[in-house]
Amino acid sequence: MKIAICVKEVPDPTAEKRIDPGTNRLVRTGENTLNPYDRHAIEEAVRIKESGVETEISIVLVGPASAARTVDKALAQGGDRSVHLADDGLADSDILATSRALAALLERDAYDLVLFGQQASDAECYVMAAAVAERLDRPCVSQAASLTLDGSTLRVKRQVETGYDTVEMPLPAVVSVSDAINEPRYPSLPAIMGAKRKPHEVLSLADAGIDPDTVGGAGSRTTVRGLSKPAGRGASVRIEDDGTAAEKILAFLVENKVVV
Amino acid sequence: MAGILVFAELQGGAFATGSLGLLEEAERLGQALGEPVHALVCGDVDGSQAAALGRHGATVVHVAAGGGYGLAQPIVDAVATLQAAESFRYLLFGASIAASDAAAGAAVRLDAGLVIDAVELAADGGELVTRRAGLGDSVLAHCAFTTPVGVVVVRANAFAAAEDRSGPDAELRTFAPEFRTFSTAARISGHEEAEQSGVDIGEADVLVGGGRGLGKAENFALCEALAAALGGAVAATRAVVDAGWYPYSSQVGQTGKMVSPRCYIAVGISGAIQHKVGMQSSGLIVAINKDANAPIFDFADFGVVGDLHAIVPKLTELVKARG
Ligand SMILES: Cc1cc2nc3c(=O)[nH]c(=O)nc-3n(C[C@H](O)[C@H](O)[C@H](O)COP(=O)(O)OP(=O)(O)OC[C@H]3O[C@@H](n4cnc5c(N)ncnc54)[C@H](O)[C@@H]3O)c2cc1C
Ligand SMILES: Nc1ncnc2c1ncn2[C@@H]1O[C@H](COP(=O)(O)O)[C@@H](O)[C@H]1O
Repeated sequence: MKIAICVKEVPDPTAEKRIDPGTNRLVRTGENTLNPYDRHAIEEAVRIKESGVETEISIVLVGPASAARTVDKALAQGGDRSVHLADDGLADSDILATSRALAALLERDAYDLVLFGQQASDAECYVMAAAVAERLDRPCVSQAASLTLDGSTLRVKRQVETGYDTVEMPLPAVVSVSDAINEPRYPSLPAIMGAKRKPHEVLSLADAGIDPDTVGGAGSRTTVRGLSKPAGRGASVRIEDDGTAAEKILAFLVENKVVV
Repeated sequence: MAGILVFAELQGGAFATGSLGLLEEAERLGQALGEPVHALVCGDVDGSQAAALGRHGATVVHVAAGGGYGLAQPIVDAVATLQAAESFRYLLFGASIAASDAAAGAAVRLDAGLVIDAVELAADGGELVTRRAGLGDSVLAHCAFTTPVGVVVVRANAFAAAEDRSGPDAELRTFAPEFRTFSTAARISGHEEAEQSGVDIGEADVLVGGGRGLGKAENFALCEALAAALGGAVAATRAVVDAGWYPYSSQVGQTGKMVSPRCYIAVGISGAIQHKVGMQSSGLIVAINKDANAPIFDFADFGVVGDLHAIVPKLTELVKARG
């Protein structure tokens, strides 16, 4: 069984988030890290492997060369090898362009299962799995809360607006997993040390056979014309608990007549 | 390319209220752009129910025959078949589990631009420029399409439907989508309805929302005690509902309920957009979270950075002591 996991590098949540008004681009100061939602996808693949199914887990990432550290983090979590598409021509890719790059990487190998996280913590867009599945002509289900493998049939339970659906599909398939599907374990020290020694494949657009006009800004189908500030909620108070937080919340509730 | 198509989603036999609000917004947009508005319905619907979409702004309703539309991929086939005949300029979807994925699949199939999480639709110089919220809703990006066709997913319930609207029936047209083999390979083999618990969280004056920060199912007792002291009810995030800690009927957010109590107290909740959309219209938002960077603090009126285990039981005692 060959499993690919698409993982994204995102700004560390503690890093400052800002858009440069001159370029309309996200300014990434500070550290980047592995999209936390993707750890659940890796953990799920590791569990399939641990269940006794002979499995090879590939980590697939589209992002700058500096994302190599994030690739290693993902490998430490449980990958066997990695495929990293790093090319300056990928800058400014939108969803359509990124999905094209990912699909091209995934077509290079015959994966039985491609896993995604529920969403990227920076993009909040959660549809990459659907976009990639469409390019690969594969069945797809998103937001899996549980996943069971039964021979070559995959059974997924997931929440929809009216309750829970069970969905069955044949492999090969594409699935994104909800953050409640499992509790990812912390990688062991040997796993962290060993990540660097696993096979890493770093590709340029040319290596991957991707036409540069179909990705990056050129391959994108949307453009940002300008920026504005949304209306906020108004004044807000934030305190650190110094042992009296409960009293302060009560005072706030009394002041606003929630508690009389 | 001409016209605007709105995906009118059936959920449990009725149109999603978000779809109706989106249709009304599309009507306003269509007037500004001089484009007619059509609707697409996938699945079993009776004629009068579909024609009634005319009241919400559709002049023509296309009904896709066949089934399996609880999943996104057959919807992509329906959209692509219809688009081949109609060449709409813009295709609008309200965010939902199936519709968001269908929009993404359709954008790929049609090689059209795609904007997700749009909160406003503006006509600007004869074209649609969507406002998409970014960076935890701290900025609105004005997104335009560089392609003749644009696909938009609008944030859940971004546009409310009017209570009672009148208007002529829409013209009905039925068509048969060309299904692709891979699009129909997955199927829904079982469905569990949301079990209804005793309390209707939509009616509560005060809601205490619990998230994964509670650590385990048993710790929901902390929220229940606080809610009882305040005369309110308990709500939950998808993360804890999916994990089986709390019933689905208590879930707030995009896939759960939209609530607007007088006061919402978020306990161990990070404040993801999909949770926020369900509770941001609450009168007051109080948040208790140990992570000072949690997004919930960006929209809480009163935020406390601290450990819920230390704060919540004490708060409960203080509230009880007053009553
Ligand atoms: C298509 C789609 C639809 C979705 N629909 C919904 C929906 O309807 N409703 C919904 O809620 N979500 C929904 N989600 C999921 C959403 O994106 C988040 O994953 C979810 O809301 C996170 O839940 P949480 O805040 O409980 O967990 P987490 O994000 O894990 O947050 C837990 C928080 O608890 C804090 N914490 C931990 N320990 C303590 C402590 N001791 N004291 C204080 N604080 C502590 C942490 O700092 C953290 O901020 C949806 C996602 C997608 C992609
Ligand atoms: N650049 C990328 N490289 C690899 N995987 C990605 C990339 N962008 C998004 N993904 C995957 O798509 C999922 C959803 O991301 P998004 O749709 O951008 O919110 C993530 O959890 C990842 O699994």
